Amino acid sequence: MNVAGWLQIVVFIAALTAVTPIVGRYLMQVFEGERVLLTPVLGPVERGAYRLLGTSPDREQDWKGYARTVLVFSGLFLAALYLLIRLQGSLPLNPEGLTAPPWDLSFNTAVSFLTNTNWQFYAGETTMSYFTQMAGLAVQNFVSAAVGIAVAVAVIRGFARREATRVGNFWVDAIRCTLYVLLPLCLVGALFLVSQGVIQTLGAYVDVTTLTGGTQTLARGPVASQEFIKELGTNGGGFFNVNAAMPFENSSGLTNFVLMLAILIIPAALTNTFGRMVGSQRQGWAVYTAMAVWFIAAVALVYIAESDSTPAMHAAGLHGANMEGKDVRFGIGSSSLFAAVTTVASCGAVNAAMESFSGLGGAVPMANMMTGEVIFGGVGSGLYGMLLFVLLAVFLAGLMVGRTPEYLGKKIGPREIRLVVIGTLFVPLVVLVFTALAIGTKWGAPSIYDSGPQGFSETLYAYTSQANNNGSAFAGYTGFVQPNGDNVGAFGITFANLLGAAAMLFGRFVPMLAALAVAGALAGKRVSPPGPGTMRTDTPTFVVLLVGAVALVALLTFVPALLLGPVVQGLTNQLF
Amino acid sequence: MTATTQERSMFDPSILGPASVDAVRKLDPRHMVRNPVMFVVEVGAAVTTIAWLAGSGDDPGWFTFTVTVWLWLTVVFGNLAEALAEGRGKAQAATLRAMRSTTTAVMRDGTEKPAQDLRPGDVVVVEAGQTIPGDGTVIEGIASVDESAITGESAPVIREAGGDRSAVTGGTGVLSDRIVVEITQEPGSSFIDRMIALVEGASRRKTPNEIALGILLAGLTLIFLVVVVALRPMADFADTAISTATLIALLVALIPTTIGALLSAIGIAGMDRLVRRNVLALSGRAVEASGDVDVLLLDKTGTITLGNRQATSFHPMPGVTEQDLAEAAQLASLADETPEGRSIVVLAKQFGIRERHLAGVDHEFVPFTAQTRMSGIDVDGHRLRKGAGEAIERWVTDEGGSTPPQLREQLDRIAREGGTPLAVARDSQVLGVIYLKDVIKDGMRERFDQLRAMGIRTVMVTGDNRLTAAKIAEESGVDDFLAEATPERKLALIAEQQEQGRLVAMTGDGTNDAPALAQADVGVAMNTGTQAAREAGNMVDLDSNPTKLIEIVEVGKQLLITRGALTTFSIANDIAKYFAILPAMFAATYAASGDATGPLDTLNVMNLGTPESAIISAIVFNAIVIPLLVPLALRGVRYRPSGATALLRRNLLLYGLGGIVAPFVGIKLIDLVVHNVLGA
Repeated sequence: MNVAGWLQIVVFIAALTAVTPIVGRYLMQVFEGERVLLTPVLGPVERGAYRLLGTSPDREQDWKGYARTVLVFSGLFLAALYLLIRLQGSLPLNPEGLTAPPWDLSFNTAVSFLTNTNWQFYAGETTMSYFTQMAGLAVQNFVSAAVGIAVAVAVIRGFARREATRVGNFWVDAIRCTLYVLLPLCLVGALFLVSQGVIQTLGAYVDVTTLTGGTQTLARGPVASQEFIKELGTNGGGFFNVNAAMPFENSSGLTNFVLMLAILIIPAALTNTFGRMVGSQRQGWAVYTAMAVWFIAAVALVYIAESDSTPAMHAAGLHGANMEGKDVRFGIGSSSLFAAVTTVASCGAVNAAMESFSGLGGAVPMANMMTGEVIFGGVGSGLYGMLLFVLLAVFLAGLMVGRTPEYLGKKIGPREIRLVVIGTLFVPLVVLVFTALAIGTKWGAPSIYDSGPQGFSETLYAYTSQANNNGSAFAGYTGFVQPNGDNVGAFGITFANLLGAAAMLFGRFVPMLAALAVAGALAGKRVSPPGPGTMRTDTPTFVVLLVGAVALVALLTFVPALLLGPVVQGLTNQLF
Repeated sequence: MTATTQERSMFDPSILGPASVDAVRKLDPRHMVRNPVMFVVEVGAAVTTIAWLAGSGDDPGWFTFTVTVWLWLTVVFGNLAEALAEGRGKAQAATLRAMRSTTTAVMRDGTEKPAQDLRPGDVVVVEAGQTIPGDGTVIEGIASVDESAITGESAPVIREAGGDRSAVTGGTGVLSDRIVVEITQEPGSSFIDRMIALVEGASRRKTPNEIALGILLAGLTLIFLVVVVALRPMADFADTAISTATLIALLVALIPTTIGALLSAIGIAGMDRLVRRNVLALSGRAVEASGDVDVLLLDKTGTITLGNRQATSFHPMPGVTEQDLAEAAQLASLADETPEGRSIVVLAKQFGIRERHLAGVDHEFVPFTAQTRMSGIDVDGHRLRKGAGEAIERWVTDEGGSTPPQLREQLDRIAREGGTPLAVARDSQVLGVIYLKDVIKDGMRERFDQLRAMGIRTVMVTGDNRLTAAKIAEESGVDDFLAEATPERKLALIAEQQEQGRLVAMTGDGTNDAPALAQADVGVAMNTGTQAAREAGNMVDLDSNPTKLIEIVEVGKQLLITRGALTTFSIANDIAKYFAILPAMFAATYAASGDATGPLDTLNVMNLGTPESAIISAIVFNAIVIPLLVPLALRGVRYRPSGATALLRRNLLLYGLGGIVAPFVGIKLIDLVVHNVLGA
């Protein structure tokens, strides 16, 4: 640990807090259809898109209509992406002549990018053509982010509206999000990355002679254009296998800092958008603070843990920081911060090897994901997931002030609680069951590379990451075997691919539908005015309560599993 | 319910005995399945019983046996809590049933009919010494009625035809006189029938809050079930065998058994607390709603002020002595049997005026009518009148006199001060003004302050004019008032508050209160009131004490707080239980060769004796915490009126933080006994 490391963490959190209300206000303006700076340029495009789709901002949907559109829309994109991957051998922009990956891997990948997970059982540079990366994966990075944000905005409307039935129009929300938020920011972001040395080319891979005289193939590609949305949309699927540890993706300390900010900015800003739309920014800040408290604790824990080597390293006479699997350009501070950022958000981009983290250092990223990705979380999904926890906390504590629990003046009844329980507990259930299947059956065994607690951690991490739509990995858990660098002779481990795909689909759509249904139920409610007898939800007490509810309800479920994986690793100096 | 049943402790052998039997009877899975949390415990107990009988696994037999016994005890303790809560109600129901003994009704035409066959519309005659055969309305006569059987109040009450005291309850007895009663109840659904069903808990339907909490608890139970089932393969991967008994012990420790066991007891006890305050809630929903009340409509008279206005001073006109005025006022009030009239006579006595005996004197009383709005007496050739200012002004003018300007001044001043002025005139001369004052009950201001702290706005409802109402509102500390109230305006006020999203509670007794009682979210009807009022409200106060509403609100809040507090406590307990059971389960996991314990044994922070004693201590704690919390569940957590934030902070500390800490202490203490004393 050093001052520079802590300082970077402090500066990062200060910067995030500073931009939150600015971007939050902009998002509100965009989704409320207000005139913004870009309206003169993009307004005609927006209206043209509505005409093309035969819709308009006046034609709002109820939650069921909204949900149905999301599902149909997602189904179509899933089919399109799957076909595109399977047909990449016959499609253009494939200078390396990569053939199609196997069906099971293609399905897992299509689901992965559809669900904003970006779990990758493959290495980008040896498996996917430029066309697949650009027209398939990068497009999905935009689309899945837009879907998440649109749903979050619809959910916010449910909380904000009174005695209403409609929550918005999916097409309008998704188009506005893409046009006014994602595309402009990514254009600027990608150009910034290029200015910092991140590559952007359609040229083929190049063979170079290394300093020692050997030859090496340098993979290249249209990286910058895919890189920025990968962070901004909390997607996380790298162009290259080593993700943001690769200088072509993440060229400097500055790009590293900007990329981390890009990961958290929309999830953080949405808390402010929420506050503005429900008529009290304080409500938004309360949610933000709860997230920030958890995040700060997570960063600090990882940083402290990684600043010392593991018990096993001690036993081997190694002291000092745990530099295994970390890029010396970033060091412990930036790597720890990145690890926390990418796992509190459901991003999954990495700039260091997660599986090389110490026991505690690896447990914290897992715990972050196990919350259901509600600490900032994925774009959109983080907010609506957290709002479900808010309702849970309100329900528990609301009873303790002697009133029927209410949030923003709306009473929380059996219907809301049923949906909240589904929305918050279903994903943990999936993680546990799928991990147990993967660890306890003969079909799961071929995927697990290591034995002992590390092997268990890899498996647990894989299903935690997929079910919570994160996408980062403890490498070692395999779903794809690729003897050559061009898909020839490659095959997928069908069980891992399908189980993972199921985890991602459940993890994406069950909480999403639950949140939309909650929004639908809340939208119709009458609001009772606040008084001294109503529990306030914008106070430090409530923030503590909310963090406690996330910790108790989400994490209690995973204590035994964490014990058998990272905790054992952190407590022993044995090698397995 | 007599005083004795009210005070009966829940650990009274006469309740504890049958309750224990009930607790075992309730083990019937068909009953248990309605409570998913405890049903899982029961299934777990059954499985460990089989495991013990089969002698399977590596565990020593005594361990499996002990776990099995404590799992069964957990279920029984939960059932016992419910049975105890029901027990008190059952005792009351027995008393009530005795009253419902078959009586024979005498119809108006002289024929007789068994009481249980009476239908609405039947008209019966009840005379002194007889029991009223069914609920109804007095349509003829007046009688004193003994209602102690339902209210516990031994003083007889007057029931008369017409007016707001016309409702009679079947099973109560007529002490004097004769009344004719029109029956209003359907057979088998009399007030007493409803009361019996209520106290027995037979008609108890789950409230929305209870349902919501039930869903959450079921969800947590399901996820912990999955945690435990998934733990088996995970442990296998770590080459650790975990016995079925241990896994089930972990499951039972994790699922929210504390609140699961006490949930229905809390609900029953909440109703019971109301019953013991002589309030009958006709649905549990109404009890909960009373915790949510935002606005309390309180009738001024009888609730905020003592029932009646009292004469406090005489204000003579120029040229009239106070003595003179007092004497005239006294004479004019002699026939006035209203409390106001009597208070004038009492006040006059303080001026040394003895009560005049009019025997032998030629006199004639003039009664009050709504047209004249005054009353008085014609005596000694004088005509004395007292009444409202305008009425006396008109009278004096008609008599050919004139009103001094001081009269208007006095009238206005008294009204401004919140009093009620009564003018007194002798023939064509205005003598002066009597100052009638509303006397505010002691402690009302503190009550309203408490309510305000709870976030409840109080609105005083009165027929007085604005000036008077404003003054009394200010004196009593009420938040707002509705002056010149009529039933329609009251109804409109309730609807308006509800439109703004507020929950409204009110009390009422008269027939014209019925629409407002029905509209209010919590409508407490006075038992002395009319049948219409009793049916419109969702609670009946047997004591007919309008201030009771405040207590009802507190009971409602207490009920919700108790549920929330025990849920929080129950979930917070899991942390300590993990620290007890998981290190025990995985004590030897990944042990380096030659070591007895592995890395996870370090997490045995409580330093519990052995893995077996740790697991047993955890489930023993889990079981005995249920009976330990039964008194709390039945009594309700202490509720001090205060703002939501303060309450939340207090309860979070007590039941959240307390719930984290308590089991660490408890489990350690039990382990000291189980390990160090018993040698496990």
